[in-house]
Amino acid sequence: MKKLLFNESLCKGCGLCVSACPKKILKLGNKINAMGYAVAECTDEDSCISCAFCATMCPDCVIEVHKEV
Amino acid sequence: MDKIVFRKPKLLNDTPMHYCPGCTHGIVHRLIAEALEELGDTDNVIGIAPVGCAVFAYNYFTCDMFQAAHGRAPSVATGVKRANPNSTVFVYQGDGDLASIGMAEIVHAATRGENITVIFINNGIYGMTGGQMAPTTLPGQKTTTSQSGRNPLEHGNPIKICEMLSTLTGPAYIARTSVHDVKAVRATREAIKKGFKMQREKKGFSLIEILSTCPTNFHMSPVAALEYAKTAGCEAYPLGVYKDVEQSNEVKGK
Repeated sequence: MKKLLFNESLCKGCGLCVSACPKKILKLGNKINAMGYAVAECTDEDSCISCAFCATMCPDCVIEVHKEV
Repeated sequence: MDKIVFRKPKLLNDTPMHYCPGCTHGIVHRLIAEALEELGDTDNVIGIAPVGCAVFAYNYFTCDMFQAAHGRAPSVATGVKRANPNSTVFVYQGDGDLASIGMAEIVHAATRGENITVIFINNGIYGMTGGQMAPTTLPGQKTTTSQSGRNPLEHGNPIKICEMLSTLTGPAYIARTSVHDVKAVRATREAIKKGFKMQREKKGFSLIEILSTCPTNFHMSPVAALEYAKTAGCEAYPLGVYKDVEQSNEVKGK
């Protein structure tokens, strides 16, 4: 089960999610979307605590956060 | 079991926003949608878009939207609310729109105590037209029309809208918040929610001023721009609740 779902077509690569992540597991990857931006991706989903800090700071509603309960 | 912790609110559609990367307009759009959803009030909402970067806000909200003439959004909202008293009406304005050309409209809407909620985005600069000095530009801040930094002796002092409007009798709720980090974003959502609640309870005019950024015209990265809002912005414009008719003791700033 994926904790973070990125709607990559909306991402503008601003990096606000990267700076907000307390676990420092987000980075602007090498993947480029149709708008030409380097999109955000998660490098270590196992460490993700589903705090949704990234989604809270994302201006473009790119990230959907799930949590296992 | 899988639980969704965060998803895009239903009051926003899937249109990609035209704002620059890292622009906080997107965050505030989402907070308005979240606040209205949490209050269970999404079917009967009318928003008034300003002139400025947020002029296309009607493309992103699924509620009814109206685009007003420059600075006149509170006047349009007055008419909309009086004709549809059961609708929730919100006004979305930037600092060039509200604090410059629309100064008369906002002051009179506030002093009449119109039962509307105003979301005031203060980033201290004219974003859409290319980064000119706004009434809210900080002293020392460099813009295209104050290239050595704003000099209060030459250009005048910034206008503090919350402090000014809180001296009026009409407003029910005046607060200043920020979106510089997660905590501030959550506080902003609560403030917006409170503004809408006041409107639904017919308590009167509410205004939430939100310190935000314009990374493009600050010539900063989005992260550095938020840091600037946190340090210089919050110092010049203290956060806090400036007027709240529900509380007998008014707290002036922090």
